[in-house]
Amino acid sequence: MSKTNAQAYWKENLRYLLILLLIWFAVSYGAGILFADALNSVRIGGFKLGFWFAQQGSIYVFVVLIFVYVWLMNKLDEKYDVHEQ
Amino acid sequence: MSVQTWTFILVGLSFAIYIGIAIWSRAGSTKEFYVAGGGVHPVANGMATAADWMSAASFISMAGLISFMGYDGAVYLMGWTGGYVLLALLLAPYLRKFGKFTVPDFIGERYYSQTARIVAVICALFVSFTYIAGQMRGVGIVFSRFLEVPINLGVLIGMAIVFVYAVLGGMKGITYTQVAQYCVLIFAFLVPAIFISLQMTGNPIPQLGFGSTLSDGTYLLDKLDGLNQELGFSLYTEGSKPMIDVFCITAALMAGTAGLPHVIVRFFTVPRVKDARSSAGWALLFIALLYTTAPAVAAFARTNMIQSVAGVNYDKLPPWVKNWSDTGLIKMEDKNGDGAVQYVADKEANEFTPDRDIMVLANPEIANLPNWVIALVAAGGLAAALSTAAGLLLVISSAISHDLLKNAINPNISERGELLAARIAAGVAVVLAGLLGIYPPGFVAQVVAFAFGLAASSFFPAIILGVFDKRTNMQGAISGMIAGIVFTGGYIIYFKFINPAASVPANWLFGISPEGIGTIGMVINMLFTVVISRMTPEPPERIQHLVEDIRIPRGAGNAQAH
Repeated sequence: MSKTNAQAYWKENLRYLLILLLIWFAVSYGAGILFADALNSVRIGGFKLGFWFAQQGSIYVFVVLIFVYVWLMNKLDEKYDVHEQ
Repeated sequence: MSVQTWTFILVGLSFAIYIGIAIWSRAGSTKEFYVAGGGVHPVANGMATAADWMSAASFISMAGLISFMGYDGAVYLMGWTGGYVLLALLLAPYLRKFGKFTVPDFIGERYYSQTARIVAVICALFVSFTYIAGQMRGVGIVFSRFLEVPINLGVLIGMAIVFVYAVLGGMKGITYTQVAQYCVLIFAFLVPAIFISLQMTGNPIPQLGFGSTLSDGTYLLDKLDGLNQELGFSLYTEGSKPMIDVFCITAALMAGTAGLPHVIVRFFTVPRVKDARSSAGWALLFIALLYTTAPAVAAFARTNMIQSVAGVNYDKLPPWVKNWSDTGLIKMEDKNGDGAVQYVADKEANEFTPDRDIMVLANPEIANLPNWVIALVAAGGLAAALSTAAGLLLVISSAISHDLLKNAINPNISERGELLAARIAAGVAVVLAGLLGIYPPGFVAQVVAFAFGLAASSFFPAIILGVFDKRTNMQGAISGMIAGIVFTGGYIIYFKFINPAASVPANWLFGISPEGIGTIGMVINMLFTVVISRMTPEPPERIQHLVEDIRIPRGAGNAQAH
């Protein structure tokens, strides 16, 4: 594959990583730690929201993030024709 | 049938399965021994990774820790799962494309330096031995509690089992036994949790029962906050650690997880880059099943425990309290002589001190579950400890036979010679690990912080920058790793071993505990690496091509041929 093609592929990959890692940071360090106190004033059933993110929600989002990444990258690999046979 | 009969049956059955799998899947080549031939299905690898990752501590101790820490327990929950996102997005696919056998392989090759390789080997050995000592001890403890054999005999039995399948089967045997062990451990963890959730909240899903109401109409967590407050503890849902410390411990555990060699090496076993990505997702899904259940178990167990002991007369305590105080895991003393148990936060007045491990081990008894459930917990704890021990043994043996013997000392060694060396190294490591289990150094618990801090401040930045920053060179990486290790190691050694009395928040750097200091070590490592790399010549052309090559998935199959 050409060098410019490889660079374009890498750039798009980095953009995905940036977005996904921002979400990763927001749900764990953001909602679960830095803003947990503020979110705790909101309640969902028996959970205070900040506590829920710290002990439950962030983990669910982590799992979803990885599968979204897998899906995005499989599409990207096809688009740039770098997927494996 | 009695608990002990059930335990013999379930533990015996599960061991027979592990041995059977080991014989069926023994390794015939070094490639099978190190990376299971590179042909493991991503879902199977995900399960194996989950079992590899979840140790005796995750299974036995974590829920108990959380139940005493409340909100603060989230550092373990987020720290030990969030690392998989980093692993999937930043490490696994690229290391798979790189396609060698071990983490020191990558470091040595990417930084074209034998010194870097040796530093990596030493870190890998240290981290793995630290970890494995705890696993063998865990095996001994489960044996002694549930089968009433001496702890040391338990360790010996555990050693014999691991010896058979790690030495014979290598990575291939380990992978398929870990799949079986995952099934055993997750079943053993979920069954009591579901029963208890149903009993307390009427909801069979513990993750939902956690946020539901009890029979008296109050929410479980509100009830628990109230009970904690009454007894003088901080609110269950708010915790007591400073925010910066919670932040740093979580970050150190995440980066440490992503940098642990026995976890990374699992992603060398799948056929394609694509599979390495999805396999990390499966692994986290399987881990999340236990990690989202554990905080629910923690809250159920704490509520149950407080309600069944606080203020109750000593002669009216339920039978499980007596059973576990016989084992020394519950300590009681009627200090004020009023005949009732006074369970309070104030250490001077408190009369009831439970060990954190009983929150999981005694849970089925506390909830009056049938005997087979209690036996199941024993089999689950053993599965968790054995699967992690085996994964670590493999890292140790490959670090010695592959990284030291083949790549540093004698590159001309034959395939058969290397395989034999790997088996001998695994055998010696089993014996060493067993000895560490029988004669545990008093500092096992303290060195766990070390293992994560070290992985976070050495491997993690070296691998990430090796992939994402082409300009990173040998000088930068080596000085970065050394700076990270020296800083993190020095801080932990000072506060844990030299001057433990000084280890209070007021003396800590920015209020960060030794558990969280790996985060700062990691930042220091990255700064050194990036700055020094730019002050020294750029890496040779072939290395820059190597980096370009590992960024593209196609061709992973070829890269793996050694």
